[in-house]
Amino acid sequence: MKKTGREVRLAFSSTNLPTKERREADQPANLEENLLSSGWKSAFEPDQKIKLYNYWRSTCSQTVRITLNLKEYEKLNPVKYVPTLVDGEVVVADSFAIILYLEDKYPQHPLLPKDLKKKALNIQIASIVTSTIQPRQNLPVDIDFIEGRFDLDKKLLWAQHYLNKGFTALEKLIKDCAGKYATGDEIQMADVFLEPQIHAGITRFEIDMSEFPTLARLHDAYMKIPEFQAAVPEIQQDAPRGS
Amino acid sequence: MADEGKLTLYSYWRSSCAHRTRIVLNLKGLKYEYKAVNLLKGEQSDPEYEKINPMKYVPALLDGDTLIADSFAIALYLEEKYPEKPLLPQDLKLKALNLQIASIVCSSIQPLHNLVVLNYIEQKLGPEEKNTWFINLLNRGLAALEKLLKGCAGKYATGDEIRLADPFLASQIYVAIRRMQMDISSYPTLSRLYQVYEQIPAFQAALPENQPDAPSSS
Repeated sequence: MKKTGREVRLAFSSTNLPTKERREADQPANLEENLLSSGWKSAFEPDQKIKLYNYWRSTCSQTVRITLNLKEYEKLNPVKYVPTLVDGEVVVADSFAIILYLEDKYPQHPLLPKDLKKKALNIQIASIVTSTIQPRQNLPVDIDFIEGRFDLDKKLLWAQHYLNKGFTALEKLIKDCAGKYATGDEIQMADVFLEPQIHAGITRFEIDMSEFPTLARLHDAYMKIPEFQAAVPEIQQDAPRGS
Repeated sequence: MADEGKLTLYSYWRSSCAHRTRIVLNLKGLKYEYKAVNLLKGEQSDPEYEKINPMKYVPALLDGDTLIADSFAIALYLEEKYPEKPLLPQDLKLKALNLQIASIVCSSIQPLHNLVVLNYIEQKLGPEEKNTWFINLLNRGLAALEKLLKGCAGKYATGDEIRLADPFLASQIYVAIRRMQMDISSYPTLSRLYQVYEQIPAFQAALPENQPDAPSSS
C-alpha cells in the first residue's frame, strides 16, 4: 500500500486457524501445536529478520500491526501465540509486551511521551484495553462451547456490557484531552491500542458509538492514517474473502 | 492542597491487582497511606470514590495530585518516577520477558476470574462448573508461565534480582494456592518461586490477610 512519500513494506505472516483454535488464539497454552499443525511454516522467507505471527481479526494482532507499520518494520518468523514477534533471538508474545519492546528497541516514531503523567495516561489506556475489555469480549464464546449451546443474543449482550464499561472508562480518561489524538497532537501508544478495540466494537459488537463522542471522533481520525489503514483486519491476507 | 511526594493507595485486601501493587510499592521502599475500598460492598461505585477515580477501578494510586489506575500502569509509573531499586532490567530481552509475564497475568489470567466473571459463569453453568472453570483457567495460565520461565534459572523468576515479574507471579500463584487450594507441584518453577516469595518481607507485608481491611478472623 503506497502512502504519501513513504512506502510501507510490511508482510504479515498470518495463521489460518480453524474456529476452535481461533477462540483460543489469544490464550497462552496449546497454541504452538495449533500453529504447527496449520501449516504456517511455508509462508515465511528464511532471510527476514522480524516475524510477526498474527491473526487477521485479533484486536491484539491489529495493535501490533499498527505499531510495526508506524515503525516501518517488516515481519518475519513464526512462533507460539498470536501475536508473537521474533526479532533475531528475542521472542516476545503478548501485544503489550511486544509494543513496549518495540518502543525500546526502535526509537523512530516514539509512541510514549517523555512527560511522566502523559506517559502514565498512555499506559493506562493501553492496559484498560488489554486487561478489562479485550480478554472478556470472547468469554461467552468459550462458555457456550462448553455448554454446547449457541445463544447469540446473550453472547453479544455480555461482550457489549464489557465493551460499554471499558469505553465509558476510556471516554472519561480522555475527554479532557484537547488534542488531535487521544493524548495530544501526536499518535501515541494509547491510539495504537484504542483503534483496534473501537474497530471491534463497531464491526463485531454493535456498540453505539454516539455514547462515546471522543472515541468516535478518534476513530474517524485514525481511519485517515495510512499506517492504521494498512492494519485493518478485513484487508489482511488471511481475512476471509468478502469479509 | 495535594502533598508533594505523598502516596495514597486505594486498595481492597483481597484484590489480586491491589496485592501485586502493594508488593511493588514495598519493593521500592515507598511508604503509602492505605485507603480501603470494599469491592464486595460496591464501594468503588460510591460518588466519593468516583470523584477521586472516575473510572472506579481498584487499585488506584494518588501521587500528589496525579492519579493512576490499573496495576500495570501504576507499576510502570512507579518504576520511572522512583528509579532506585529498579524492577526492570536494562537488557531488552530480559525486560521484554518481565513485561510479558506481567502482561500475561494481568490480561490473560486475572481478568477472567474476577468476581463479576465468576458470578456470570456460576449463573450460566452452576457452582461446580464455576470451580472447574476457575481451576482450568489457572492451570492454563500457570502452565504458560511455567513454560516461559523455563531456563530462566535464577534466585527469582528472571534472574538473581527481584524484577517486575515477581510481584505479578506472586499475586497470581497466591490465588491458585490460597484461594483455590490448588496443588501446584506440577509447576516446579512456580512452586519454588512461591516458597522464595513467602520469605521476603516486602511480599509478606503485601499479603491480603495482612492488610488493614482484612477480616480479623481470616
